[in-house]
Amino acid sequence: MLKRLALLLLLATPVHAVQPDEVLSDPGLESRARQISQVLRCPVCQGENIDESNAGVSRDLRLAVRERLVAGDTDAQVIDYIKDRFGEYVLFEPEHSGANLILYWIGPAVLVVALGGIFLWLRGRRRDEDLAPVLSAEEEARLKDLLKD
Amino acid sequence: MIVETGHFALILALCVALVQAVIPLVGAQKGWSGWMAVATPAALAQFLLIATAFAALTYAFVTSDFSLKLVYENSHTDKPMLYKVTGVWGNHEGSMLLWVLILAMFGAAAAAFGGALPERLRARVLAVQGTIGLAFLVFVLFTSNPFLRLEDAPFNGRDMNPLLQDPGLAFHPPFLYLGYVGLSMAFSFAVAALIEGRVDAAWARWVRPWTLAAWIFLTIGIALGSWWAYYELGWGGFWFWDPVENASLMPWLLAAALLHSAIVVEKREALKSWTILLAIMAFGFSLIGTFLVRSGVISSVHSFANDPERGVFILLILAFFTGGALTLYAARASDMQAKGLFAMVSRESALVVNNVLLAVAALVVFTGTVWPLIAELFWDRKLSVGAPFFEKAFTPFMIGLALLLPLGSMMPWKRASLGKLVRPLVPALVLTLAVLALVWTLATGRPMLALGAAGLGAWIVFGALAELWQRAGRRPGRILRLPRADWGKAFAHGGLGIVFAGVGLLMAGQIEDIRVAKAGDSFDVGGYTITLVSVDDLPGPNFTAKTATMEVRQGDKLVATLHPEKRIYPVQAMPTTEADIDNGFWRDVYLVIGDPQEGGGWAVRTYIKPFANWIWAGCLLMAFGGGLSLTDRRYRSAAGARRAVPDTAVAAE
Repeated sequence: MLKRLALLLLLATPVHAVQPDEVLSDPGLESRARQISQVLRCPVCQGENIDESNAGVSRDLRLAVRERLVAGDTDAQVIDYIKDRFGEYVLFEPEHSGANLILYWIGPAVLVVALGGIFLWLRGRRRDEDLAPVLSAEEEARLKDLLKD
Repeated sequence: MIVETGHFALILALCVALVQAVIPLVGAQKGWSGWMAVATPAALAQFLLIATAFAALTYAFVTSDFSLKLVYENSHTDKPMLYKVTGVWGNHEGSMLLWVLILAMFGAAAAAFGGALPERLRARVLAVQGTIGLAFLVFVLFTSNPFLRLEDAPFNGRDMNPLLQDPGLAFHPPFLYLGYVGLSMAFSFAVAALIEGRVDAAWARWVRPWTLAAWIFLTIGIALGSWWAYYELGWGGFWFWDPVENASLMPWLLAAALLHSAIVVEKREALKSWTILLAIMAFGFSLIGTFLVRSGVISSVHSFANDPERGVFILLILAFFTGGALTLYAARASDMQAKGLFAMVSRESALVVNNVLLAVAALVVFTGTVWPLIAELFWDRKLSVGAPFFEKAFTPFMIGLALLLPLGSMMPWKRASLGKLVRPLVPALVLTLAVLALVWTLATGRPMLALGAAGLGAWIVFGALAELWQRAGRRPGRILRLPRADWGKAFAHGGLGIVFAGVGLLMAGQIEDIRVAKAGDSFDVGGYTITLVSVDDLPGPNFTAKTATMEVRQGDKLVATLHPEKRIYPVQAMPTTEADIDNGFWRDVYLVIGDPQEGGGWAVRTYIKPFANWIWAGCLLMAFGGGLSLTDRRYRSAAGARRAVPDTAVAAE
């Protein structure tokens, strides 16, 4: 939240992003433009995408995106066009390449390892449980529950 | 003079914290009762002293004492009284003072209500709490002292950032800090338990209410912040995935995980060492959040940042506490003998899966938040990680959580059979399908997202209802007599379902219209006719405003007359937009007035935001559920063990 405050402070201009004169007359193209604008980061104001941002360069980028769309580019081509000029920094979704793969796969990988580990642990332990005096453990737990509530 | 008294009280508090950190710990080690007994009065004294300091600073703000540097930099005589008071924590120094105040408050609460705690455990808990206080008091006094005077007092101050002059944001930090700092109690209990080498059901029963309270505050704090962003930033975004927000989401996720795993310790004496680890991590992430917000290390701009010295200091605190606790954990975790055994399909396993999903989700948020830093450090890649990444990477875990929640929460302890489990959930499943069919026929925009969100939300809500029904033995009369813990659980889970539904349906079906309108113009947006009646100049207390009058009609019926504003705060030379919103159960009509256009007219933005209020209503329900649970009989009887008041609670079944 606070980041946004400072941002606005820095810019000291109204919070108005897309201006009426930028909007394309073709609603299909305009909606694609809006979606593309939301994944591109404003190069000077850091935390905001160009769709929300109010900086001059963001406006230029929004117009550039629309120009490319009108010229018939696909969404991916438009994004590449902007990236070639401003670098990976402007992509809010980093490229799926190189070290970034760690970023993309750490969640799923840890999930699989954790669930797998727990599965093996529980399966291993159930054998112990079969051998252990099950009843007394149950009784003990029951007793604890009774004492507790 | 009052200010100097406050300054002096803060220094005294530092000395008391030192005593509180050392004496009881030694006493507990040696078994000296007298030394252990120091903890309670020390914790109370520390709280009173910091409260005095805080009151002194508040006094300086209220009386606009501009000889105080902090007041000069953040206040103004024309500022409304409410914001003079909340301005105390609307800046780095003051908010750190609030941080330590809340920290001391939790310590004092544990001292005051901890009568039933074993002597040693209480001494150790308070000592750990005192150590945290000590570290942060040193931080405040040496790097962020709010009591510094100016040589010559200026006539007036620089005013507070206008965006902070808002009721939603005024109370956002206190709740957030109550949450962050509340987790320090869980941390202190965890470290104390590690020192003792013992964790049992009683321990978990002590930790849970503190964690629950912290989680409730965190939920409310996050909801307030998100609500503020929604109406204040002028386009109705409610979550931006920026580092500062992520800093509050991570402890929230871990606190939620900790709540659930502590249940297993309490009921079944299993998952002990994992619970300890979670308690350490939850507070660790609170500290990481503090670090991220105040160090400026993440390339996000925010008002508190940009002081490397402070950043390094907080990093040291972070390293000391999490590093120290984790070392202790490594040495002692093996002492935590699990007692309760459980089968693959059981409530325990379901809660383990809950914990895994929440913890991994927190890990994903963490990785995404620090990735720009890591990528630059190791591969010299300047890159950004923002909303599109988080939406893709975070959402699957929440979907998994939502799918499993109703199943897991109905499982019996120890061993469950899936067949038996499904039967009571059949009505919930049928109702969910009905909701899906309804959404299918109505959805516009992004129908798959709407379907997914509504389906998951309905599944959780109806699942929670089915569980209440089941708990009551399928007899309506008994539902109202269920223990509050059951109701709390249903409300909290149901609230989560409502949040999911609200977020998804809002994102799927929102309508936006941007145009130039002149006074008297009408236009149609999403079934509503909007008329810009007029734009007038209106003065405010410390700002001037252009206020639009706009009418929202549906057919011939006038739905609402709204007054969106554009304000200029002259002292800070900063404009803000004040959207005006017609709140509704099904949708918000959200109007924004922008700049005057060349050739006449105004830029006008209209948004129709379906189900927007469900997001915050769901958060409140979650917090309310937590509150119900907190007032359950067994906590009241535990907390009030000294007062021999007969239990007036409705008997549990």
